[in-house]
Amino acid sequence: MNWTLALPEIVLACCGMAILLIGVLQKRDTFHLCSMLTVGAFLITAELVVSGSPGLGYNGLFTVDTFSTFVKLLVLVAATLGVILSLDYNEHANLRRFEFPVLMLYSTVGMLVMASASNLMSLYLGLELQSLSIYVLAAFARDELRSSEAGLKYFVLGSLASGLLLYGVSLVYGFSGTMEFARLAQALSNPAHVSPGLTVGVVFVIAGLAFKISAVPFHMWTPDVYEGAPTPVTAFLSTAPKVAAIALLMRVMATPFGHLLVQWQQVIILVSILSMLLGALGAIGQRNIKRLMAYSSIGHMGYALIGLAAGSEAGLRGVLIYMLTYVFMSAGTFACILAMRRRGRMLEQISDLAGLSRTDPGLALAFAIFMFSMAGIPPFTGFFGKYFIFTSAVQSGLWTLAVIGVLTSVVGAFYYIRIIKVIYFDAGGAEFDHCPASLSVVAAAGALFTTFFFVLPAPFIAAADAAAKALLL
Amino acid sequence: MISAVLFYVFAAILLVSAAMVVSSRNPVHSVLFLILAFFNAAALFLLAGAEFLAMILVIVYVGAVAVLFLFVVMMLDINFAELRSGYQRYLPVGLAVGAVLLTELAIVLGGWKVSPEAVTLRLSPRAAELHNTLQLGRLIYTDYIFLFQAAGLVLLVAMIGAIVLTLRDRTKSRHQNIAHQIARTPADTLELVDVPSRAGVASIGILRPKPAPQPEQAEASTGHAEGHH
Repeated sequence: MNWTLALPEIVLACCGMAILLIGVLQKRDTFHLCSMLTVGAFLITAELVVSGSPGLGYNGLFTVDTFSTFVKLLVLVAATLGVILSLDYNEHANLRRFEFPVLMLYSTVGMLVMASASNLMSLYLGLELQSLSIYVLAAFARDELRSSEAGLKYFVLGSLASGLLLYGVSLVYGFSGTMEFARLAQALSNPAHVSPGLTVGVVFVIAGLAFKISAVPFHMWTPDVYEGAPTPVTAFLSTAPKVAAIALLMRVMATPFGHLLVQWQQVIILVSILSMLLGALGAIGQRNIKRLMAYSSIGHMGYALIGLAAGSEAGLRGVLIYMLTYVFMSAGTFACILAMRRRGRMLEQISDLAGLSRTDPGLALAFAIFMFSMAGIPPFTGFFGKYFIFTSAVQSGLWTLAVIGVLTSVVGAFYYIRIIKVIYFDAGGAEFDHCPASLSVVAAAGALFTTFFFVLPAPFIAAADAAAKALLL
Repeated sequence: MISAVLFYVFAAILLVSAAMVVSSRNPVHSVLFLILAFFNAAALFLLAGAEFLAMILVIVYVGAVAVLFLFVVMMLDINFAELRSGYQRYLPVGLAVGAVLLTELAIVLGGWKVSPEAVTLRLSPRAAELHNTLQLGRLIYTDYIFLFQAAGLVLLVAMIGAIVLTLRDRTKSRHQNIAHQIARTPADTLELVDVPSRAGVASIGILRPKPAPQPEQAEASTGHAEGHH
């Protein structure tokens, strides 16, 4: 058995246990040390992911290909940004506990397993490992009512979604006799083997995964959890798990159920349209910027699902590029939100940003870049993500999706650009506290990537292309 | 012959003790009957040739779960008489729900057909020469080792989560802070005063040591305690 296939996951999990031991045995405060060690563990894992060789192992439970490599690297980058974003906030919010980075690390292990899952059982266990850590992280500020409420709400609804997913998996297994992706694909290539029960099972699996990417109609938890959870957790929640969950959805739809395209395409199209509409319309009335980001993420997931609905190689490539651009935009935006602090108190209202262009031009510029990018205005990355998605939809003949996507982008541009208007043209309040270096680094990295992606997009597009090809084999 | 007799004996005890679990008045008796039911079920598994399941049932259910139940029943003062109140009132509803479930079960079992190729579709065919402990071990620790370890990680995260969300350092407890004690200098606590002869202590106004440096509530109490060294 070729156990080295899962070397990145094994190493990361062992690093997690070592960090846990260090945190427990040291009497003094080890939050900073453990965070730094976690970032180091992520770097080692990324190196192992890059140098890993492709293959299928562990009795068909685990696969490594260009797709999983692409997704794992993106997840590791997003998780690293998430850990860096938590450094300063946790110091101030009195959440300086070493378990925080450890839980992020184990959540990342779960995401890596999700990216490599090639069996419905490893899919479920990866998903559960990822979600369970995030439930705890959402409730991490246990003395705050909002945080506990967010954790509990996420946990209860998440368990419900897991139940739906497991029900779907059991139906698929019952009607096909296997849980392995390769064997499922083989069995379903014959249309005679496709029974209605199996299709129902696939729909339940989609429902379970749609909850994890907070697509409408399974989005109810998103605004409350985004608002209630500590802000670094929200930043983490809106980047890495989204990438992993949508990658999982892509693999499940494209590999084992690729021959059922006609059946699941309608469901994905419906979910995508509803998410885009709700993301665009729900965000208009929001005053709290974390809630606004929640609706924004619902909308972005709707756009990403267009590429999946297209079902073509171009569509899958579009989703990967979209997620790549989304991670940097989202992490950068949250770095800016975390910098909103006056006299040690965190601010969350959009109106608090008024006059930022005069008090802190750098932060204002970064905020503006991210908002323009989210609205999809060239030359920022958000435009390229949407461009690849919409062209693939048009190529596959899904004109309705493309048209609705463009229309909702216009609605979305309204509220993104309103934030820029508040920053640059409204008469403003006092200065924010000095922005710590960790946040500046993440904001600058996000802004540079978002702005200068168009200079050299070729390597990223080629990587996404290779990843999408691996999925459709 | 003997196994048939044993089966009926164990099955009868199992049914009776299961009935006693729900009908006995004392909750501790209920738990004890539950343990008896587990033992008899384990014996039935042994008769069926599933020795691993039998042992697991005894170890996990009797050893851990039933004892846990017993602790919960004895520690939480639940008024079972009150829980049972309204038995007469809810009886018809309960019976109706039970009847519906029973009918559904009958319909499902009535329509049950074993597909002829089901035996060949099984992913883990039973090898006749291996006993079932070995087979289960091979499945869990060889074929599905990846899932086994992943499930272990999920449990680890659950444990970390439980500790993170509930464990609190007690701020009110008065434990000895040795570093604090050693760092204290005589100047912090001791004031040397020249007392003029025959003037009396009260005239100088010093009756108690200086207050502790931090005027907070919690610190004040420890300062008081330290004052008696």
